Amino acid sequence: MTGFPILSLMLAVPLIAALACLLVSAGTARMLALLATLIDLALGIVLWTQFQIDGPQWQFTERAALFSGFNYALGIDGIALLLIVLSVFLMPICIGASWNSITKRVPEYMAAFLLMETLMIGVFAAQDLFLFYILFEAGLIPMYLIIGIWGGADRIYASYKFFLYTLLGSVLMLIAMLWMVNQAGTADIPTLMQYNFPVSAQKWLWLAFFASFAVKMPMWPVHTWLPDAHVQAPTAGSVILAGVLLKMGGYGFIRFSLPMFPDASAYFAPLVWGLSMVAVVYTSLVALVQDDMKKLIAYSSVAHMAIVTVGLFAFNRMGLEGSMMVMLAHGLVSGALFLAVGVIYDRLHTREINRYGGLSINMPKYSLFFMFFTMASVGLPATANFVGEFLSLAGIYEKSSWVALVSGTGIILGAAYMLFLYRRVCFGDQKNADAAAMPDMDVREWLMMVPLAAATLWMGIYPESFIAPMRKDIATLEARLAPTAPKGDAAVTAGHAAPAEDEHGEGGHAGAAPVEHGAEHAAEGSEK
Amino acid sequence: MHSILFIVFVPLLAAIIAGLGNKALGKVQAKVITTGGLLLACALSWPIFISFLTGSAEATVVPVLKWVQSGDLAFNWELRVDTLTAVMLVVITSVSALVHLYSWGYMSEEPDQPRFFAYLSLFTFAMLMLVTANNLVQMFFGWEGVGLASYLLIGFWFRKPSAGAAAIKAFVVNRVGDLGFMLGIFGTFLVFGTVSIPAILEAAPAMHGSTIGAFGMRFDTMTVLCVLLFIGAMGKSAQLGLHTWLPDAMEGPTPVSALIHAATMVTAGVFMVCRLSPMFEVSPTAMQVVTVVGALTCFFAATVGTTQWDIKRVIAYSTCSQLGYMFFAAGSGAYGAAMFHLFTHAFFKALLFLGAGSVIHAMHHEQDMRYYGALRKKIPVTYWAMMMGTLAITGVGIVDVFGFAGFYSKDSILEAAYGSGTGVGHFAFFMGITAALLTSFYSWRLVFLTFFGKARWSQSEHIQHAVHDDHGHGHDHAHGHDDHHGHAHDDDGTAGYHPHESPIVMLLPLIILSVGAVFAGFVFNHAFVSEGTGEFWKGSLVFHEHLIHAMHAVPLWVKWAPFGVMSAGLLGAIYAYIINPGFPAKFVAVVRPLHTFFYNKWFFDELYNFLFVRPAFAIGRVLWKAGDIGFIDRFGPNGAAAVVAAGSAQARKIQSGLLNSYALWMLLGLVAAVSYVLVR
Repeated sequence: MTGFPILSLMLAVPLIAALACLLVSAGTARMLALLATLIDLALGIVLWTQFQIDGPQWQFTERAALFSGFNYALGIDGIALLLIVLSVFLMPICIGASWNSITKRVPEYMAAFLLMETLMIGVFAAQDLFLFYILFEAGLIPMYLIIGIWGGADRIYASYKFFLYTLLGSVLMLIAMLWMVNQAGTADIPTLMQYNFPVSAQKWLWLAFFASFAVKMPMWPVHTWLPDAHVQAPTAGSVILAGVLLKMGGYGFIRFSLPMFPDASAYFAPLVWGLSMVAVVYTSLVALVQDDMKKLIAYSSVAHMAIVTVGLFAFNRMGLEGSMMVMLAHGLVSGALFLAVGVIYDRLHTREINRYGGLSINMPKYSLFFMFFTMASVGLPATANFVGEFLSLAGIYEKSSWVALVSGTGIILGAAYMLFLYRRVCFGDQKNADAAAMPDMDVREWLMMVPLAAATLWMGIYPESFIAPMRKDIATLEARLAPTAPKGDAAVTAGHAAPAEDEHGEGGHAGAAPVEHGAEHAAEGSEK
Repeated sequence: MHSILFIVFVPLLAAIIAGLGNKALGKVQAKVITTGGLLLACALSWPIFISFLTGSAEATVVPVLKWVQSGDLAFNWELRVDTLTAVMLVVITSVSALVHLYSWGYMSEEPDQPRFFAYLSLFTFAMLMLVTANNLVQMFFGWEGVGLASYLLIGFWFRKPSAGAAAIKAFVVNRVGDLGFMLGIFGTFLVFGTVSIPAILEAAPAMHGSTIGAFGMRFDTMTVLCVLLFIGAMGKSAQLGLHTWLPDAMEGPTPVSALIHAATMVTAGVFMVCRLSPMFEVSPTAMQVVTVVGALTCFFAATVGTTQWDIKRVIAYSTCSQLGYMFFAAGSGAYGAAMFHLFTHAFFKALLFLGAGSVIHAMHHEQDMRYYGALRKKIPVTYWAMMMGTLAITGVGIVDVFGFAGFYSKDSILEAAYGSGTGVGHFAFFMGITAALLTSFYSWRLVFLTFFGKARWSQSEHIQHAVHDDHGHGHDHAHGHDDHHGHAHDDDGTAGYHPHESPIVMLLPLIILSVGAVFAGFVFNHAFVSEGTGEFWKGSLVFHEHLIHAMHAVPLWVKWAPFGVMSAGLLGAIYAYIINPGFPAKFVAVVRPLHTFFYNKWFFDELYNFLFVRPAFAIGRVLWKAGDIGFIDRFGPNGAAAVVAAGSAQARKIQSGLLNSYALWMLLGLVAAVSYVLVR
């Protein structure tokens, strides 16, 4: 399959379909959108199966010089591959979620979504700094339209807030990019990832990129656009927002901030840790008191994303791979949770938690799925989130036990707010007659939920499928970070065997050399 | 040895079929599949246990699937079978199979049975994964899996608000412990570079004197790791501080209480400490923590148990207290004794719970012992089963002759605590003896209130409902006769209600467990705690031969003290609840503050509500309203928007559209520019 421009094809299919959608009727637009996203999903699977885990770092590369040093350059490594697969996996589900609930301007809606897909894949596949920037920023436009046109009652405020926040960071990032290209003489991302910028400049560049990625993530305290955007967005918009758009922030850190500015990343690590710790506790507590289902899940997203940043800035394999896993898992699970909200919103047209109750009685299948994704969100082992959270926290524990402890409170608070939500929606008596009359999930809703549940389990039980493609890339990144990575606070000293006391059943290993594993790890890290 | 694969995965398969098949499958099919699966697992488990008992089996690990590999951190799905696991296997599968069977009767009127049986089997699977774990992360998987099943089963009657609340409480409180467990795993990996249990246990003894930095201070490495792991054990095993969920968990159906909240899940913490005993051995401090927490829990729960009225809550506190015994045994270094008590306790406590379930079944869901009485003749099988359970838990027996199950295990724990010769060991011994006195008292109190004395049923709302329903239904023919009858009964406190003995599917498990409660101690005493027990354990836990000698060498009064306090408790209960039934009320009036303190469970719930629950909601609301909306939004996006709006309002004024105004500005600009050039 080498040589075949599969990435360009993946960009082209939804783009062409988007244009075509504008010309046809609502019904045809739906079918067309579904078809296009399914084709892209198939291409994504081809991409995944053809990706050589032991192959070169950058695969499926394409390059065409356009004008004055601006290149149309595509190519992916394992990290980008996984995020592209996540995107194309979620898209058909989103189209399915919009099937009946969107009734006005259907062709335009479908076109916006398909355009969104092109841009998302492009962001993860771009190998040229400016191409990345254009796609990254252009991604705002369809989402802005989706919220602003097909959103809820307060959609205009939410869409402006979303736009303002995300644009603010982008301006600074553009300036930084111009400076970088000027300095390094290339806009080629793989080259820049190896380029050593002066340490003093790195700090400014890092901050400029941080302004953009922190908003996208979103990190505390620039997170307040997210709850509003989610609440107002249509269901599918929320799914894409939580599932893919937020991941662009994490992708930005892992692709730009960390490899391009390793010194600055180490320098600012305590800042990231601090903001993340605040985010976990702060947003979890806020989530606890929400009356709006979508807002609750939105706040929980902020808390989960904080685990991502904590893992990324652990500067080690576990943390980095864990962060990637949290991103993928969160994409599936929060996407599924927003779908779950959408399912009952479509029936009762309210997101207010107290208008529901006792759904286990009339909607047992729905309650089963909702329980499953609630537990996944809480990070139960054998679901995707557990692997990610566990690795991220294990990674950061090597650097700072305090950060691990405070971020770890997320697993307690997360259980509290999610189960509290579940209890109010599905447990208890059917106190509202209209909620009690809602029918259970239909076939279309089943078809949306089942793949998500299956993928969540797969990632939880056999995550090797997902870790293997990125292992080499993460190793490269870890090696790049190793010289400057902050030291851990553990500094384990050597021990010795027990003073002679023969009654010990296990005492026979007195001769075993006392090993100092903490030091061993540090040494290993620097070797790579 | 691949039968372990069937033992573990057949319950999972049964749970999936019964759970997802739900409506399509039908009640009976779901019950047959899950119960059959468990009986199979049980039938396969006993041979494994016996082969370890006879010494013919060796520890094995059966790999299943790769799980995670991230850098040096790698762990797989695999099933470990050694002596310690074998003990747990028989406990779990036997009790679970019996509870499945019992539930046929107990849950027979429940419309949602497939779901119930699916949860039970799911729980069993998770518990089996826990005890067969060969690495800490799989143990954590089982740990969380049983937590999930426990949550689902406590909340099984999800319409009841109290059930929903109890389910959340159980999950969240357990999560506090789980955080400790997780941090313990991280620390263990940091120190040892692996999460494989055998590798850790091999490296642990060489860690004396090692120090580690954690939370801004430096500690002894193994103390930090063990205490963190022990916090996890405290959560799951409901030890003092993290115990508050267990009594509330009684909201679940009674068979669940027997299986999860008595025999198996709550003992996971004890299992963990025993499994990791070589780690704990390296840190005397951690051992002391385990001992003290265990001893305090043992005493605390026993005091509360003496004052409760709900039959299930009495048994729940009793469980909490017995778990305390197991922990201080482990803390004293007598892991064998801890496991022995775990083993015997599983049988007699499951028996007591199922017996209580049978009573509740007979009394039309009434759980308050104040409305029981005189049930001995009405439900004789249940009565005798409960008697066996009570004789076992109170530790009735004659030294060196014969005793019921608890006699052997509890005595060996108390002797080990005393024999360990340490200060905390003696503290634990005295706490344990006091608790044994209280145990005897509250256990017999339960029996006397339930089965002896006069019937006090007529005051119970449940019974009144039952009686009225009966009248409303089929008895119209003999109306006059019935009324007459009713009046006659009102005088003797029965309200005309006739309790019925439970069906055979419920009695059979009671009878089987009774056999266990009577003989488990006598039969297995030698294997678990005696010289040469090391042969049995085969290094699956730390075994101190010298502690066994010390146990035999304790003074005579220590040997007989448990017998003494057991008799005292029995006599006290006989006096207070049979000879002089008015005595308890008078006594309570004298010690009112103490009774209030005990009756309200030492006010832990109130304290936690005040310290954690209400502040969490209050702070959350403040952060949301004042933080997000009041500050970040106000000065962030809204502020920026306001500034822009105000600025553009000003800028608009400049664009007046008046030509002479523009000309003036142009002129001024030109003058300024020219003068700048000239002056420069």
